[in-house]
Amino acid sequence: MRVVRLVALGTLLHVKQFSRSQFEIATALIIPLVQATLAVYLFRAGTEPHRMLEAAIGAGMMAVWSSVLFGSGGAIQTQRWQGTLEMLMLSPRPPALLIFPITLATAVTGTYAMVATLLWGGLVYRIPLDIAHPLAFAVAVPAAILGLGMFGLLLASTFVLVPNANAVNNALEYPVWLVSGMLVPVTVLPGWTGPIGAALPTTWAARAVRESVTGAGPVWPSLGTCLAISAVCLVAGAAVMSYVERRARANATLALA
Amino acid sequence: MALAIEARDLRRTYRTRTGWLNPRRVAIDAVRGVDLDVRRGELFGLLGPNGAGKTTTIKMLNTLLIPTSGTARVCGFDVVSQTREVRKRIGYVFGGDRGLYDRLSGLDNLRYFAELYGVPAARQKRRIAELLELVGLAGRERDRVEGYSRGMRQRLHIARGLLHEPEVLFLDEPSIGVDPVAARELRSTVAGLAATGTTVLLTTHYMAEAEELCDRIAVIAGGEIQALGTADELKHYAQGRRVLEVQAFGVTDAQVKGIDLLPGVREASVEVLGTSQVLTVQSDAAVDVQADVLRALDGVRLGRVTARQPTLEDAYVTIVNGVDRTPATVTA
Repeated sequence: MRVVRLVALGTLLHVKQFSRSQFEIATALIIPLVQATLAVYLFRAGTEPHRMLEAAIGAGMMAVWSSVLFGSGGAIQTQRWQGTLEMLMLSPRPPALLIFPITLATAVTGTYAMVATLLWGGLVYRIPLDIAHPLAFAVAVPAAILGLGMFGLLLASTFVLVPNANAVNNALEYPVWLVSGMLVPVTVLPGWTGPIGAALPTTWAARAVRESVTGAGPVWPSLGTCLAISAVCLVAGAAVMSYVERRARANATLALA
Repeated sequence: MALAIEARDLRRTYRTRTGWLNPRRVAIDAVRGVDLDVRRGELFGLLGPNGAGKTTTIKMLNTLLIPTSGTARVCGFDVVSQTREVRKRIGYVFGGDRGLYDRLSGLDNLRYFAELYGVPAARQKRRIAELLELVGLAGRERDRVEGYSRGMRQRLHIARGLLHEPEVLFLDEPSIGVDPVAARELRSTVAGLAATGTTVLLTTHYMAEAEELCDRIAVIAGGEIQALGTADELKHYAQGRRVLEVQAFGVTDAQVKGIDLLPGVREASVEVLGTSQVLTVQSDAAVDVQADVLRALDGVRLGRVTARQPTLEDAYVTIVNGVDRTPATVTA
């Protein structure tokens, strides 16, 4: 119970900390307009204009992924710059419990962009918010956010081991959009991308949310698969994080100075 | 004798690599064999110049750094293999602006760290209120930290370090950059903590602070403990000397070097204070160097000239100046 309380409070406070950054707010408002525009024109140019809402949801998931990728990937570095990493690590808790609320918060703040995408889509491009299974949608979105937050812990712990993690971040953003089927259906992609997409929780998260919106398939198997893969990522991320913490103490890299 | 902190032959070497085409490895021995015993309830000071190894020593003791060799125990627990037990029992406060969530309120910062440090939910509210009162932030706790002055941030750091009522508190230059009034309040807070039985390990640059607060003081320089004792015991390092202080405007390095070579002079150093300089000359007690020093300063505008007995600061300068500080080793 104490762990749940710690994660909940930590996530809430990190969401507060992120949401009060003017840069984050501006990004969360402007980028979705670009993404909604991209989605709209991509599908208008195609032959399926009725799939505009699906495209807007896909664009929203892209925004959540970007937030997780950049926020979680750089979570440890950001805490180091703030000088808070040492203070977090000094607490008598497993390192994963200190970083997981941060990666979860990056996924939660990503939903701002998702909401903004839908709003921009409705206001500017008149895309109606016509959801097939509202209840499933209401469950699928937070569950997908939780799953991506868990995936974020693996990103946070492994990226800190990679030199030039920023370059890796940039290189991963678009490929994951594509192989996860966030913007275009995975069926139009080359066959070899299938296994990669199937191993990523982003694919199942996007699929579950899309299924709840279109009613094209059962939501729960996709959502269950997303959470199962994410749980594996969480466990792997926790193991890597313990290794990273010990290595940082040995190499004196917890602080900037 | 119950010990709160015990360190044996504690060493820490930092290894870095520089250059791409012709990489060179640099090994810096920041701490070179520190032995330390701090009793429970003691207020222990660690004094030393920049780069002496104070912060590295503290970070090895508080589990943030793994020693290259040697052992250390805090409250009986090993700092390398029993980190969680050590962390439950210690608090850490460092000087400066960083280390807080700036866009959150002071209260949110304290709530988060209370949760992290395992303060029971039922106790958190009361404990946070007590600490806000103790550090003088009651009434400002809902303001964002980014709007706090440096002194307020420092007090919030202290409140955070005390949330879980640690048995041992590490204070790493807590008064750095704090105004004199806030520094006095901080000293009073630290003294109060020690009075309630908390063991405090304090590093500072300020001699007056160390002399006022600490039961015992260790002077560290070149990564090694150079002297250890009470403030009065340390003053013996400057025994047999007298000190001449000259307020001056425009003393050159060459003149200081010249004064250093005068017969009977042991040390000469200059400190800049605002627009003026203070030249401090330590000499043998039996030799009056005042006339020679003033002659060496011919042409320099002078202010107040004072002769006095050595202080802890003079003893500190004596100890530190006798140390060879060449800790870096470079290999291809």
